Amino acid sequence: MRVALFLTCVNDTLYPDTGRAVVKLLTRLGVDVDFPSGQTCCGQAHYNTGYRHEAEPLARHFSDVFGAYEAIVTPSGSCGAMVRELYPRMGERARAEGRGDTLAATLAPVVPKTYELTEFLVDVLGVTDVGAYYPHKVTYHPTCHGLRGLGLGERPRRLLQAVKGLELAELPGADECCGFGGTFALKNPDVSAAMGADKVRNAESTGAEVLCAADNSCLMHIGGTMARLRTGMRPVHIAEILASTEEEPAV
Amino acid sequence: MSGTYLGMPAFPEAAREAVGNATLRGNLRHATHTIRAKRAKAVSEVSDWAELREAGKRIKDHTLRHLDRYLVQLEESVTAAGGVVHWAADADEANEIVTRLVKMTGEPEAVKVKSMATQEIGLNEALEAEGIRAYETDLAELIVQLGKDRPSHILVPAIHRNRGEIRDIFTREMSEWGRPAPEGLTDTPAELAETARLHLREKFLRARVGISGANFMVAETGTLVVVESEGNGRMCLTLPETLISVVGIEKIVPTWQDLEVFLQTLPRSSTAERMNPYTSTWTGTTDEDGPQNFHLVLLDNGRTDTLADEVGRQALRCIRCSACLNVCPVYERAGGHAYGSVYPGPIGAILSPQLRGTGSEIDASLPYASSLCGACYEVCPVAIDIPEVLVHLRERVVQGGEVTRAGNKVVLRPAKGHAAERAAMRAARWAFLHPGALRTGQRAASRTRRFHPRTLPGPGRAWSGTRELPPVPAEPFRDWWQRTRGGKDGDR
Repeated sequence: MRVALFLTCVNDTLYPDTGRAVVKLLTRLGVDVDFPSGQTCCGQAHYNTGYRHEAEPLARHFSDVFGAYEAIVTPSGSCGAMVRELYPRMGERARAEGRGDTLAATLAPVVPKTYELTEFLVDVLGVTDVGAYYPHKVTYHPTCHGLRGLGLGERPRRLLQAVKGLELAELPGADECCGFGGTFALKNPDVSAAMGADKVRNAESTGAEVLCAADNSCLMHIGGTMARLRTGMRPVHIAEILASTEEEPAV
Repeated sequence: MSGTYLGMPAFPEAAREAVGNATLRGNLRHATHTIRAKRAKAVSEVSDWAELREAGKRIKDHTLRHLDRYLVQLEESVTAAGGVVHWAADADEANEIVTRLVKMTGEPEAVKVKSMATQEIGLNEALEAEGIRAYETDLAELIVQLGKDRPSHILVPAIHRNRGEIRDIFTREMSEWGRPAPEGLTDTPAELAETARLHLREKFLRARVGISGANFMVAETGTLVVVESEGNGRMCLTLPETLISVVGIEKIVPTWQDLEVFLQTLPRSSTAERMNPYTSTWTGTTDEDGPQNFHLVLLDNGRTDTLADEVGRQALRCIRCSACLNVCPVYERAGGHAYGSVYPGPIGAILSPQLRGTGSEIDASLPYASSLCGACYEVCPVAIDIPEVLVHLRERVVQGGEVTRAGNKVVLRPAKGHAAERAAMRAARWAFLHPGALRTGQRAASRTRRFHPRTLPGPGRAWSGTRELPPVPAEPFRDWWQRTRGGKDGDR
């Protein structure tokens, strides 16, 4: 199976390790991975900040780059939700504004074949034990767009539970937002920081060494808060845990 | 809406104070988490919750789509039952009507059932200006009124207060308004409740004018439906000679049968009760029983304008249960006052800027008072997609566009203060449409990584004030891919 990796602009620029982990993991599972180098951004930041008209060309660009692939896999719940949930909505709005079906028709092909990584593993490949080894105590934060936008449900937890050596600690208040929210973190810094601090305190209470999530944007906010509060905990993307093996353990 | 809230600073500044107030945060956290857990349990008891939610949404949408017809039907039903219907286009008109009606009775005071509509129009202040005293009789509203405060929650207006603060308010203020608090009042809930009960009972028995809102108005019979937990509402609806009800035009349901849905979803969503303790239904007037004069003031105040907006109109489905407030992580930290409106929390963030327009600083900031986590949509018993409306209103703020105000189509200009953001968004779009430019930028950032500051200037300061920045890696992913797997997939 040949799939396209949609890494997202944030991961590409700031978290290349996550991309390398996805490639390693999928290759190990027998998937042929491509990285279409024309990819940039899905337009989520524009859309969610109120710049829908600026987001539309980015969505079209996404469709141009990825449209020909059998499946598109992304290690980001929120960018995955942007394509699956909001691209159809952008099409509907364009139609409602009397701009015809063109945008909807352009975006339609990529919508059903875009998968968040854990979804792709469990639903498409049908695996929960990916042969990973990660001897650490880990707590899992289900990010909002993965949880409510895509409905990832128990998939990430099932994958983590199957990892050899991993001890999974339940995170109190797991389904509460960490306070990142894209530009929300900049527009409402005090509330965002208070939410982040509460998330970190809850994570600390589990005694885990690592807080794991399926979205590096949330991890950037949570990790930045952990570092400032000097907790000693580390934020790690779930792909890096699932890619880790006894032969090649992740740090 | 009430003038009390005008001149409010934008949400981020208003929230800053609340975030720094440890007592307030403690009170809010305790209250919202308690009711959140109880609500989840009450909802899980109902096997057909998803169907009820869908039914509520459909009934409301159907009614809103044919609102003109149902409003006329309601007026006919109320009139036939002996009531008088008044139409108010805005807050001033509604206040003028109610003030005139109270004056016609010759009474200097009125008792009030908790009502969002009368708060929205600032009725108490308008009556006060004409020398009429309006007494709030809901316990939490009483605490707010005595404390010369503002409500901070739709259902629990005094949620920001703890027991000690309430005891102090009763001891200090009750004598100004009627029966004083007893000597040595403690902060036990039973004592506080008894003190309020005795204070209020005098007012119920003396009052000749009652003022209420309504949770629902049934069009087919002209019936006013008030649901409440304390019995104060029933006192106000039963004892006075004159009843004046101020009701938003979106409160209509077509038939009695429609109540079946909402009388299940409303209490479970709001107070986590299987059924609310008091459900009062009044149809017009009956000789020698209950109020002999009934006036219904139907309030628009921005609702028709909101109805004209295809995306935003779903906010009018709201049944004011406040489940979205209790589950919202932003409300929990910022408190209700920061929203600068009688409608706080997620629903307030979409309702207020539609009812009032996005012209003021506070209204333009409300669509951003959310991290778009979606918890509000998940709990809403009439399935209002609050995140969708928030993003829609953000678009209105930053890009302007056509809206309906006071029944006329007007073209809004983008709100002030977004020029730099707009420029940044355009620049980002350009870079994202030119992968080569993005790559150049990434490489420049990687090469200069040793010189990156640990704190950011400008808007970025909001980030680096409380969080560490992630280090920029030595090599962006696409360069690694190119170096190790280069040319494998061509250059799409």
